[in-house]
Amino acid sequence: MAFLDYAPAPESTSILSLREDYRLWIGGEWVTGGGEPFASVSPSTERQIATFAYADEGDVDAAVRAARAAFRDTWGPMSGRDRGKFLFRIARILQERARELAVAESLDNGKPIRETRDADIPLVAQWFFHCAGWADKLDHLGLGAAPQPHGVAAQVIPWNFPLLMLAWKVAPALAAGNTVVLKPAETTPLTAMLFAEVCEQAGLPAGVVNLVTGDGATGAALVRHPDVDKVAFTGSTAVGREIAKALAGTSKKLTLELGGKGANIVFDDAPLDQAIEGIVDGIFFNQGQVCCAGSRLLVQENVHDAVMDRLKERMATLRVGDPLDKNTDVGAINSSEQLERITRLVDRGVAEGGEAWSPACELPQEGYWFAPTVITGVEASSTIAREEIFGPVLSVLTFRTPDEAIAKANNTPYGLSAGIWSDKGSRVLAIADKLRAGVVWTNTFNKFDPASPFGGYKESGYGREGGVQGMQAYLKAGER
Amino acid sequence: MTTTTKTTTRLDVPKTYKLFIGGGFPRSESGRVTEVRDGEGRFVANVAKASRKDAREAVRAARKAQPGWAGATAYNRGQVLYRVAEVLEGRKAQFVDELQRTEGLSAARARAQVEEAIDLWVWHAGWTDKIAQVAGSANPVAGPYFNISVPEPTGVVAIVAPQSQGLLGLTSVVAPALVMGNAVVVVPAASSPLVAISLAEVLATSDLPGGVVNVLTGDPAELAPWLASHADVNALDLTGAGDLDWVALEVAAADTLKRVIRPEPGIAPETPQRILALTETKTVWHTKSRM
Repeated sequence: MAFLDYAPAPESTSILSLREDYRLWIGGEWVTGGGEPFASVSPSTERQIATFAYADEGDVDAAVRAARAAFRDTWGPMSGRDRGKFLFRIARILQERARELAVAESLDNGKPIRETRDADIPLVAQWFFHCAGWADKLDHLGLGAAPQPHGVAAQVIPWNFPLLMLAWKVAPALAAGNTVVLKPAETTPLTAMLFAEVCEQAGLPAGVVNLVTGDGATGAALVRHPDVDKVAFTGSTAVGREIAKALAGTSKKLTLELGGKGANIVFDDAPLDQAIEGIVDGIFFNQGQVCCAGSRLLVQENVHDAVMDRLKERMATLRVGDPLDKNTDVGAINSSEQLERITRLVDRGVAEGGEAWSPACELPQEGYWFAPTVITGVEASSTIAREEIFGPVLSVLTFRTPDEAIAKANNTPYGLSAGIWSDKGSRVLAIADKLRAGVVWTNTFNKFDPASPFGGYKESGYGREGGVQGMQAYLKAGER
Repeated sequence: MTTTTKTTTRLDVPKTYKLFIGGGFPRSESGRVTEVRDGEGRFVANVAKASRKDAREAVRAARKAQPGWAGATAYNRGQVLYRVAEVLEGRKAQFVDELQRTEGLSAARARAQVEEAIDLWVWHAGWTDKIAQVAGSANPVAGPYFNISVPEPTGVVAIVAPQSQGLLGLTSVVAPALVMGNAVVVVPAASSPLVAISLAEVLATSDLPGGVVNVLTGDPAELAPWLASHADVNALDLTGAGDLDWVALEVAAADTLKRVIRPEPGIAPETPQRILALTETKTVWHTKSRM
């Protein structure tokens, strides 16, 4: 170890007391699944964490029936004040068990403990706390007096923020008075199982939350179940499209949070040091496995070289490795499939004329790793400027005028997020007006808050999560 | 306390009920106290009787604490108010006992009041990070401007609390003032000073910064005029001043154009209007005319 290098500072896993196998959580009971159990491995070591039950169609049906019964008998008739109290309890227990959940999430997902500890889990607790307060205030959501829940919500979430996406789905649904059946992602089911324990500690009535682990087929069975009233999905645009087709013509309500290809626009008057941090945060946070990642850097031509020099200098200081090490900036890629996809797209980008650069960094022998990468000389028509990579790979394009920046930023079928870096407030707001994106960060990036609506334009989905809009998605106007 | 069996006899250690100013519990600078007796005439406590100077001290403490409280994130303020409910829940028995002694309530009625007060703290905790979205606006002005309006706390709020249901009444006026970040000087119900000071102890141990709430037990008729005319008070909540010469108080408040909430019915408790009555609307314009 050289002078000024960091000594290993691993977060201990002794805080965990995991089971060897987890079952489905239906109607407040741990139930054996109908399918073959499957394993979840830690992406940084490829070691098995535990096995998880596989929910087949019969299990999904049982879960929906349990949710329906709870909606009819306990949760539906319950006062908003009492629903709120349950959610406040959950928020507090999540805060109490925050470190344990952070370690479990890093272990199962591969993301750095710095992020799970400082971002994912605190936001999870905040989401429940925020939505708890709405439970007895639904009259103030702009839907008239006494808005009504839809009933049973089917929720399917991705692997990039496993527990946070659960919170985004479950907290508003329950606050509004719905009951839920949630399917965690196949590669990251662990913290959802710990969440079941949290619900047990909170004394949440049986069947209000039901968790079915499995794969895409499980999710498909869930969203297609005839007794589901509301579907919320976060994941790929391809699957979102399938769900929208399957639900067409039905009475089910649908919200979708799908892919993105966010433009991070850097003007020549930007505060460059901050912009560099924002670029790094925008694409290397969670190894770039973020639907709203700033994966396309649009940099004004006259500062391109200066930005690239500083960016590379900064990237060289990123520490890639053990997700449980408190000094780690960039952790493991979530799965071998995802690693393969990233590798394929980067190869394609280089084949199409891009120039890839990564800092010299030693990647661990075991596990799934991809070094932080920046690709310059990318054309707007290049595959890597158009397709969502979902990895720590930044494509760099240039522009000369604000109009060109807007045109390039909007030149995508997606419309989830964008970033603008400039010291000129007038410009920032004028550009924000013209961007076709659901979230626009100015002189910051990747900020999330339960009070702030999040969601996309165009093929990034529809519906918003967070704030008044997020609550409205789980309610319908009261009958007069 | 009249048990004669030697082995089970234990002499109580009664609490001294003092004021709550700037996070501390001082006696009144005047040295005055009010004797409190229970329904059967038994001595309960000598409660501090606040003076004009105590009121001035309380306003100063509130002014000093207000920017910090308003500057805390809405989420943080919500958690602190929720913490008040948690701590109150844990001390329910004490409040039930004090209400029984001062308000002559049955145990069940006293308990119902305490529980209603706890739930009211929870209700307010939930508003901190929501009311701006419900009451604020993005304004579609006819020009290239970003224009938003947001509620902000008005500053220091002086309150005459409802004269009945000591704990619930106090909560119903103090909690809404705190939601958006005001600081409070409150004169609790003259008949229920014990729960007011015990609530102050709850506030003092709930991560509420010292000085954000100041409690002046004493005579509302004596204290209210000083608060109404104090130039460093921004709003005057007269909810519990119905039996006082409240018009004179409103006239005095007009000297510095204080926002005034009139005596009951005034503004109903447990409504967003109650919270918003103690806020200012700030509208921010920002040009977007030069790209």
